[in-house]
Amino acid sequence: MLEVNNLAVDFFLQGHPVPALIDVSFAVQPGETVALVGESGSGKSVTSQAIMGILPSNAKICGGEIWFNNPESGQLLDIAALDPDSAQIRQIRGGAISIIFQEPMTSLSPVHTIGDQISEALFLHRDASQQEGLKLTETMLQHVGFPHPSRAMKMYPFELSGGLRQRAMIAMAMICHPSLMIADEPTTALDVTIQARILKLIRELQAELGMAMLLITHDLGVVANMADRVVVMYHGRVMEAGPLRELFTNPQHDYLKALMHAVPRFDLEPGERLVPVREIHSETGALLKKTPREEGVDAHEPLLKVNDLSKTYRLHGGGWLKSESHDLLAVDSVSFEVERGECFGLVGESGCGKTTLSKIIMRAITPDRGEIIYHDGSRAIDVRTLEGDDLLAFRRKMQFIFQDPYSALNPRMTVFDILREPLVVHDLGDMDYQREMATELMRLVGLDPRFLSRYPHSFSGGQRQRIGIARALALQPDLIICDEPVSALDVSIQAQVLNLLKDLQQELGLTVVFISHNLAVIHYIANRIAVMCAGRMVELAPRDKLFENPVHPYTRALLSAVPHPELSQPLSFEAITEGAASDPARWSFPFTIDGSAATEFMALGDGHFVRVAAGSSPADVAA
Amino acid sequence: MLTYILRRILTMIPTLLVISVLVFVIIQLPPGDYLESHIAELQSQGESVDEQKIAFLREQYGLDKPMPQQYLKWLFGMLQGDFGYSFEYELPVTEVVGDRLFLTVLISIATILFTWMIAFPIGIYSATHQYSWGDYGLSTLGFLGLATPNFLLALVMLYFANVYFGTSIGGLMDPEYIDAPWSVDKLISILEHLWIPVVVIGTSGTAGMIRRLRANLLDELQKQYVITGRAKGLPPGKLLAKYPLRVALNFFVADIGNLLPTVISGAEIVAVVMSLPTTGPILLSALQSQDMYLAGSFLMFLALLTVFGVLVSDIALAMLDPRIRLGGGSK
Repeated sequence: MLEVNNLAVDFFLQGHPVPALIDVSFAVQPGETVALVGESGSGKSVTSQAIMGILPSNAKICGGEIWFNNPESGQLLDIAALDPDSAQIRQIRGGAISIIFQEPMTSLSPVHTIGDQISEALFLHRDASQQEGLKLTETMLQHVGFPHPSRAMKMYPFELSGGLRQRAMIAMAMICHPSLMIADEPTTALDVTIQARILKLIRELQAELGMAMLLITHDLGVVANMADRVVVMYHGRVMEAGPLRELFTNPQHDYLKALMHAVPRFDLEPGERLVPVREIHSETGALLKKTPREEGVDAHEPLLKVNDLSKTYRLHGGGWLKSESHDLLAVDSVSFEVERGECFGLVGESGCGKTTLSKIIMRAITPDRGEIIYHDGSRAIDVRTLEGDDLLAFRRKMQFIFQDPYSALNPRMTVFDILREPLVVHDLGDMDYQREMATELMRLVGLDPRFLSRYPHSFSGGQRQRIGIARALALQPDLIICDEPVSALDVSIQAQVLNLLKDLQQELGLTVVFISHNLAVIHYIANRIAVMCAGRMVELAPRDKLFENPVHPYTRALLSAVPHPELSQPLSFEAITEGAASDPARWSFPFTIDGSAATEFMALGDGHFVRVAAGSSPADVAA
Repeated sequence: MLTYILRRILTMIPTLLVISVLVFVIIQLPPGDYLESHIAELQSQGESVDEQKIAFLREQYGLDKPMPQQYLKWLFGMLQGDFGYSFEYELPVTEVVGDRLFLTVLISIATILFTWMIAFPIGIYSATHQYSWGDYGLSTLGFLGLATPNFLLALVMLYFANVYFGTSIGGLMDPEYIDAPWSVDKLISILEHLWIPVVVIGTSGTAGMIRRLRANLLDELQKQYVITGRAKGLPPGKLLAKYPLRVALNFFVADIGNLLPTVISGAEIVAVVMSLPTTGPILLSALQSQDMYLAGSFLMFLALLTVFGVLVSDIALAMLDPRIRLGGGSK
């Protein structure tokens, strides 16, 4: 159906050709799913753009062929030879081949209704009257799982959640019943439970319409669950290709092997390390080393105690005639303790309140109620009431690592200035000390100190995140809060940064609060894990307990939705139900939270807690 | 949304009040008042001063009263449609302004239409053909337009219009129609003269708008949803009009509020150079001679236009962009 032969694409940067694809060949048969796997920059998206004829204006196909057998017209066409604006290719685009993009937030126009944008593709490619078209669109919306399709027709993308937007995108791609669908990282921006539902939906629709799919992803877990055949790309070349089973059981190429070792899995042996494609070497120097525990420090006192924290946001909305507002519970009476030297994992889906919680602890957001007690070894500090100089002094003890390495560093400051800034703010040391500290910090995160005079734009995402880590360590804090520090990074880079964080925690004796939506990452790095949903902490347990014996229905749903990069553990798509998992009112007794009864944390022994309705017995939980 | 519009209209009232205080105070800041500078001028020319008339005027218009009282009198007068008395013309302000206001509005609207008609296609062309020769050429022209002082352009244009088209120099109509009753011929004469001030006043605004439209459209053209549209198989023209242009329009609409006052105040120097019978030259001389009621009324008129323009553009934005209409921000 689709055959790509020796495809080569160059990007022209300031007039110089930079090859993006070199000699890429693969084929897609009718009805099958081919996964295009690789890291960012490997050329997988460029391949899809070349097939669609939507390459950016500075890119050019400079060799090879893309043969597409259009089942609608029975024509065999070489897409590579066509002018990308010609009527011929426009007919294929959106009609016979359609595409789903990664970012459901930006892929839809913000000022047009969903119904308008979806039906547009239909009216372009199929003969349908206005009425028929809108009817078909509504049916399609129902098909992809919109709860109220007729209402959704008139809604704008910003009124929908990420998952629903991606469903709208899928509806748009499916509306003309294409024979080939390209899915460019369709679930990367989504939560695991929503990812599982979208993957299920794509599979069902694919089986129903008998279309072929080119699935572009970096997630080997998704590949293992979706693909029939796999093409591995690296630096614009195809490294390895073959049936899924063959590649996963017996990878030939070093790159694929390395990639497989870099993915965190649930079945890692205790103490087993991930093997990144390139390991980084961290060195500690004279200034940065584990501080010996001071005399008289009570090591048994938890470093951080959070008690009954709550935060409510008031949302405003409305139409032409009325305005309404309602309260959103972002964090609802959350309590936990972080022991000295441990890595405390906080896991939950987007919007569950984990970031709000971390910012409350950092004193960036003021909670409605609750207390935060930080015990520095000799005395307890009430973080909520700190003011002025006390607050400034306290900030040295607790530092933050941000999610997005691109926006977390000021593009107008050199790395040296970025690393020095915390020292300047706290008036620590003279210029010599600060220079030595910056040099040492760079070595600590495995970067060459000669790069200190560069600006952030000359670093890759992983390197930037390491700079962010170095900045957080500049004040030699005791506690570091990491908010999704690896979710913006490629798998191999993710392994690098995770290993670095693990090593630093050991070497510097840090206590870490690690926030993530990725269960495999949390499993790899955390000792104790708390699961959050809809602002509440629903389960808290040591790592192995949580993964072996999850009690709460939400934790179970979360765990069952993770696609494993193992052929032996396929996702059970039948078990995935719509929407029930993250709605506290629909959890089974005794876990239901619908506001009618109080809830409490029940101890199950060995540090395992679960939130249940007040007055339930352990027998209810076991049932 | 209705409550929003109501609230916006209500907030206009204190805004205008503050502006009126500012206007009044600033006009009164220089020492003395119109009558004093008038006396000084007469005396310097060796003419006699009619003391009685001066005293009469001073009392009539309360110039001997304290400033707050003068202000309140002016304010309440305006609310009742009495804009005061122009000392210089010795006429009520409304009569001085009269026809000139109409011509000012005519020139302004023509200028805005000219700006849009030129800026729109050129901006779209420049954005869609970024870094082409056409883009470079039009950008250079645009920068020239931005950089040329209006009065210079006015003189050059007047010269060429006279030499090649035989248009009479200055004014907005041939001399024989001034003070003549309205007729078709007079209108034609006005139209013949109108294009010069419109081009002169509109050039820099057009150039600025081309740059802004180009920049905005370039931003939008790179957005993912445009690629989505392309991937649907939309033809390029339709794609451009439906998606990026629609979003880039936002800034266009947001600009309406600023456009009216800039066009009107930017026209003043040009009006002086070209001796246009618009409000500009009067405002200038009124400010110079401290003819306070005339100047104050003009400035209040400008302020009203600005505040009203911003309101109109806000409402238009809400109608155009569902994100503004429906997306309530969290507080």
